[in-house]
Amino acid sequence: MATDSERVTRRGLLLGGIVAAGSTALAAQAALAQAQNGHSMPMPTDAPADPYAAPAMHGGAHGDMMTVGMVDYAANGFDPVQLLTDWETGIVSQMADGRTLRSFDIEAIDKELEIAPGVYFPAWTFNGRVPGPALRAKEGERLRITFRNNGSHPHSMHFHGIHSARMDGVPGAGLIGPGEEFVYEFDAKPFGCHLYHCHALPLRRHMHKGMYGAFVIDPDPALHPEHLAVAQSRLLGSPQNAAWQEMVMVMNAFDTNFDGGNEFYAVNSIAHAYAKQPIVIDKSRPVRIYLVNVTEFDPINSFHLHANFFDYFDTGTTLTPTLRTVDLITQCQAQRGILEFTFKDHEPGMYMFHAHQTEFTELGWMGMFDVREA
Amino acid sequence: MTDLAQTPAKAPAWRRLAWILLPLLALAGAIAWIVAADPLQSFNNGAPPVEALTFERTILDASGIHLLVRAGGSEAMTIAQVQVDDAYWNFTQDPPGPIARGTTAWINLAYPWVLGDAHAVIALTRSGTAFAHEIPVAVPTPEASSGQLTAQAVVGAIVGILPVAIGLMFYPALRGVGRSGMNFLLAVTVGLLVFLFVDMSLEAFESAGESAALFQGPAMVILAAAASFLILLAIGRWRGTPTGLALSFYIALGIGLHNLGEGLAIGAAFTAGSAGLGTFLIIGFAIHNVTEGIGIAAPVLKARPPLWSFVALTLVAGFPAVIGMWLGSLANAPHWSALALAVGTGAILQVIVEVSSYLVRSNESRVSSLLSPPVLGGILAGIAFMYATAALVKI
Repeated sequence: MATDSERVTRRGLLLGGIVAAGSTALAAQAALAQAQNGHSMPMPTDAPADPYAAPAMHGGAHGDMMTVGMVDYAANGFDPVQLLTDWETGIVSQMADGRTLRSFDIEAIDKELEIAPGVYFPAWTFNGRVPGPALRAKEGERLRITFRNNGSHPHSMHFHGIHSARMDGVPGAGLIGPGEEFVYEFDAKPFGCHLYHCHALPLRRHMHKGMYGAFVIDPDPALHPEHLAVAQSRLLGSPQNAAWQEMVMVMNAFDTNFDGGNEFYAVNSIAHAYAKQPIVIDKSRPVRIYLVNVTEFDPINSFHLHANFFDYFDTGTTLTPTLRTVDLITQCQAQRGILEFTFKDHEPGMYMFHAHQTEFTELGWMGMFDVREA
Repeated sequence: MTDLAQTPAKAPAWRRLAWILLPLLALAGAIAWIVAADPLQSFNNGAPPVEALTFERTILDASGIHLLVRAGGSEAMTIAQVQVDDAYWNFTQDPPGPIARGTTAWINLAYPWVLGDAHAVIALTRSGTAFAHEIPVAVPTPEASSGQLTAQAVVGAIVGILPVAIGLMFYPALRGVGRSGMNFLLAVTVGLLVFLFVDMSLEAFESAGESAALFQGPAMVILAAAASFLILLAIGRWRGTPTGLALSFYIALGIGLHNLGEGLAIGAAFTAGSAGLGTFLIIGFAIHNVTEGIGIAAPVLKARPPLWSFVALTLVAGFPAVIGMWLGSLANAPHWSALALAVGTGAILQVIVEVSSYLVRSNESRVSSLLSPPVLGGILAGIAFMYATAALVKI
């Protein structure tokens, strides 16, 4: 990872001084962040005599290898634990031909987010959050997404799905300037675990600034009689679906110093969020994860589950697993899929999950399932 | 002159005081207005503040890694997270909170560092700007125990005191030389001093480059060297130009300051673990520095100084190496190194001037004597010898 020079030129400092004159509000926030970081931890005084001995570990399964402090979720406007199950299902209405019309309102907003304790990232967001709202619809529905660009740059919504060229969210087809509005309209197909993202250029910058989100299309059980039970369990709102513990995880990362390499990795943006606040799992109910990889700069990301194996549905477009009984899957950029597993036969406890690229893990992409008796 | 004579008598003291206070009050008023009215507001383009962080000291011990950092940004800086080898680690900061511009804080990491390995530390600020610090070879930082200090003193003595003493032992042999032999020896002295001047100023600039921007390293080096040169020149010429034993002492002082810098470098290398200080290296330094003793002896060849003065000359020239070793390994920071080296550079320049002027004065041909074959040959021989022996100690 490249880093900034440790020195600044005299001219640079002068310019900084001018900028600093009008940024007292920033400074006040900085002080607040530091106060949260809990730097009062005393240095260990009972040091071992052996100068080469490793310091004693403390802090649970992750030891001292962890970010310091907690992110102010209220200021960010979203809590990563709530994000897991926060599906955006839009507003449903009937069209003249009797089909279901599902409407979403999405807005592009520039927003500074605390992506790790004390570290602030000038993000471009959908609806003020990164990842953007997890849109969810049923196969065959008509989707109408009203997109307003209240950001400072041109943006779009490019959906991974089946639609016409006019609705593709690329330059000339739904890419709009600041202050403009565009309505994307297409049918929800194919069913699966998909994503949407801004397709303005330069694409990489618009992606890593935070403009992406999950886009899940549930199978219509009526269209899949051969796998009726599976399709029913995938359909949000069905009684069969209620038996599952579903969650959405978007694997992402942030390049805070804009050197083309990420400083922080996570699922759902906040480094180490689920390590510090483990995800509570009822061990009697199966788990389904909609996993999307939007990590920039690194070609692949991965998901590894400790002490358990899972079935994997690549892209979620099938009702039978594409991989059975694995404990690790890899996804390239924009690849996604569905993971299904259960802790039914496990003893309660903390079960870790993380990318198995150790660099990603140690830079924030790791979490814990807190498996409990119902 | 008549105009001056006609100027009125001195103004009353209170009025003169008022004329001093008025501009100061105007300055205070201007600052208050700038702060209150913020005339620079229109320049605020939303860019984050300029941030700068300098790592000044690194301590590795049983409790982990400890780093002394100095903030140099346009406003107080907050260190939000710290990576060691591409992983975030819990850390404590002492004192906690934002680090004000120009002040320092310790970053303490309970990191299980590995003996002999390299480690990379990255501090991330509020804006996610990364400041990297490399630990090229992790070794436990020497602590100020009596055993450690003694061991370092021994190395310092071998590098600084021993060679100067050996060089001075040539004194009896050199006493018999004639005019041109004397010229040659003085010229060799000038040559070796020129080498030290070049070597030391480069090292001073190198240390200056590692120091925080607010110390204005290169300017500090040049100005400190100039100041030290002028002050030593003035002191030296208080009662006429220095000759004989006095000149020897000035040479010893200049070389002593150089040896202080050499000690700092070796001490810092000890701490950084970058130099496995081999016997070869120590012997190299010793040979390199023997010439210094000969240089010190040159001006007193025609005098008969008391024996104690040889002991004193040896200590003035050699002992600073021991002090440098201690400081370099226990309490060093790049700006202090740069300052010490700059002062030494000025001192070396002073003795170059004084030895040359002594050489000129002791020859009837005066200035043209500097261009005589023995003198020119001596200068070049001095430089060449120092350059060749320096090859032993450069890695």
